[in-house]
Amino acid sequence: MRRVPAWLQELAGPVVLVALLAVASDLGVSSADEVKFQNALVFVAIVAALYVFVGNSGVISFGQVSFVALGAFASGVMTIPQDSKQGVLTTLFPLLRDHTISNFWSLVLAAGLGAVYAFLVGIPLMRLSGIAAGIATLAVLGITYNILTYWNSIGPGGGQTLSLIPTTTDYWTPAAGAIAVICVAFAYQRSRFGRQLRAAREDPAAARAAGIDIHRQRLLAFTISGALSGFAGGLYVHLYGSISTGDVYLDLTFVTLAMLVVGGISSLFGAVVGAIAISLFRILLSNSEQGIHIFGWGIHAPGGTNLIGIAIVMLVILLLRPSGITGGREFTVANDLPRRLRRPTRTEPLG
Amino acid sequence: MTHLQAAIDAIGLGATYALIAVGIGLVFGVLRLINFAYGQLIMLAAFAMAFTDSWPDAASIALSVLVAVAAALVMERLAFRPLRTAPPSTMLVATFAISYLIQNIALVQYAYRQQGGLGDPVGTLAQLNTAVSIGSLEIRWVTFLAIGAGLVCLGGLALLLNKTSIGLQMRAASLDFRTARLLGVRADTVIMAAVAVSGVLAAVAALILSINTVLVNQTTGLNETIVVLVGVVAGGIDRLTTATLGGFAIGFATAFVGVELPNSGTTPFTSNVYMPSVIYLAVIVALLLRPAGLFAKTQAGVERV
Repeated sequence: MRRVPAWLQELAGPVVLVALLAVASDLGVSSADEVKFQNALVFVAIVAALYVFVGNSGVISFGQVSFVALGAFASGVMTIPQDSKQGVLTTLFPLLRDHTISNFWSLVLAAGLGAVYAFLVGIPLMRLSGIAAGIATLAVLGITYNILTYWNSIGPGGGQTLSLIPTTTDYWTPAAGAIAVICVAFAYQRSRFGRQLRAAREDPAAARAAGIDIHRQRLLAFTISGALSGFAGGLYVHLYGSISTGDVYLDLTFVTLAMLVVGGISSLFGAVVGAIAISLFRILLSNSEQGIHIFGWGIHAPGGTNLIGIAIVMLVILLLRPSGITGGREFTVANDLPRRLRRPTRTEPLG
Repeated sequence: MTHLQAAIDAIGLGATYALIAVGIGLVFGVLRLINFAYGQLIMLAAFAMAFTDSWPDAASIALSVLVAVAAALVMERLAFRPLRTAPPSTMLVATFAISYLIQNIALVQYAYRQQGGLGDPVGTLAQLNTAVSIGSLEIRWVTFLAIGAGLVCLGGLALLLNKTSIGLQMRAASLDFRTARLLGVRADTVIMAAVAVSGVLAAVAALILSINTVLVNQTTGLNETIVVLVGVVAGGIDRLTTATLGGFAIGFATAFVGVELPNSGTTPFTSNVYMPSVIYLAVIVALLLRPAGLFAKTQAGVERV
């Protein structure tokens, strides 16, 4: 049997996981759970988008959800049927109020706006490192949230929920969207730009000495991550048909960062595994509040348990595997190569 | 309202935020960890006061201090200590998880107690929520309490850090943990001391916040902590004094800008609903100009990521 090339294995790992999730949920899930599984697929897209910047650069950003929020609101506002918009959202800019586009083009728009916003924000912010970068991106999130909540020329304004957005209720849109994000993320990380950025993550001084422009590489990753985040925001809004700014703020930021770290921050496989694992735990725990049967055991947990449970699950995983479930490694078929020929895997970061 | 009135109220909030900033800065100093769960220590202390509302104020406050210190030590033992050598991102996410855990325990206990409404009332020192008139100014007693508590706590902390052995060890550990250990500083002791002091400060902050808001619920302390964290980093997290100044500055700015902006207007930056944007924009500018902190003396050279 011919060997499967390493890069194909690495790409196949996350893609197959997402496809399995989509197929399994299409076949075997009650209609009440459908939206939860679609939600899991959208989370894969958001976390993979987050990974493109955070994973490759090693800089923690609390700001990527800004681009998710922008993508979600832009995509939502532009797809609401014209009649409803002119009735309900009268204060919108005329350009936004009097035009409506299809769901597909709204995703393209969301990605484009995410890229532009991330690029503009990134030009100054990518000069920062470490904690200063984290807090500056958190400030960007705060501004985005604040303005999207109150400015009624670009959204509902006044802290209101944006609703009446046409939904897509099949599995294939979120699944295809998640796979598209994974493919772009993978292509980026294998490109020379992705490799340069990861080199800078491992040793900034050596990378600089080798001629890598760290600012430029971070800006590129930030922009791609912004585009993918905006796109994922579009997927998110068409899943529920309504959105408020509170849905795309601190909670989402913390949950998606937690998924990335729990899965393994420095690999795309880790991002996907973390998003799927935490999402499945959430579904399991929230269903156990209604009472479920596993292996003949009837479990009936009290209300609110799922939220406590998910926090405990995350803590336990981090305590047992501080580098995440995947250890930050990409997927490989274990015994494909003799030990001495296997690609060297990344060592644990210094404590 | 006059500018002076606004400034005095803003100093009260600044002093409260400075207390929170010290708590965050102390733990960061020894652990290099941004503790996102600090707000939940404040929440636990506030709940301790709410649940003992019938007790004398002094007993209630003493219990809230005990609860916050105990919770801080448990947090340290169960999560920070095992993860001390883990990657920084893992520690950070562990503090998210703890924060989320405590918030949701608080949420679930409402369901069990079938408690409706917006939260539990805290009556401890509630009489301080009244104002005293000085000329045309109306100053609430809690503003004096915040400023007084801020000064007493900072003074006490300065004594602890400068005059005691454990204080010296804490300062040594925050300058260079490894060398400090080589010179005989016990890592566990010094970290537990810093964490315990941060718990005391959380309880003091909880007292002031709950006099102001009257009600406590699962979100108590959450937003304050995020805002103070931003302020601490903008001020300069590497040193306790600059971190504290950063906390004070963002508290002052939040209250002052909120009052000074007009009440109406929907276009960004034209009314007080956009106060957070004004503050965050200022923070971004400050960080771009001085990445090591607005009040920091030395600027970091080429930073290691």
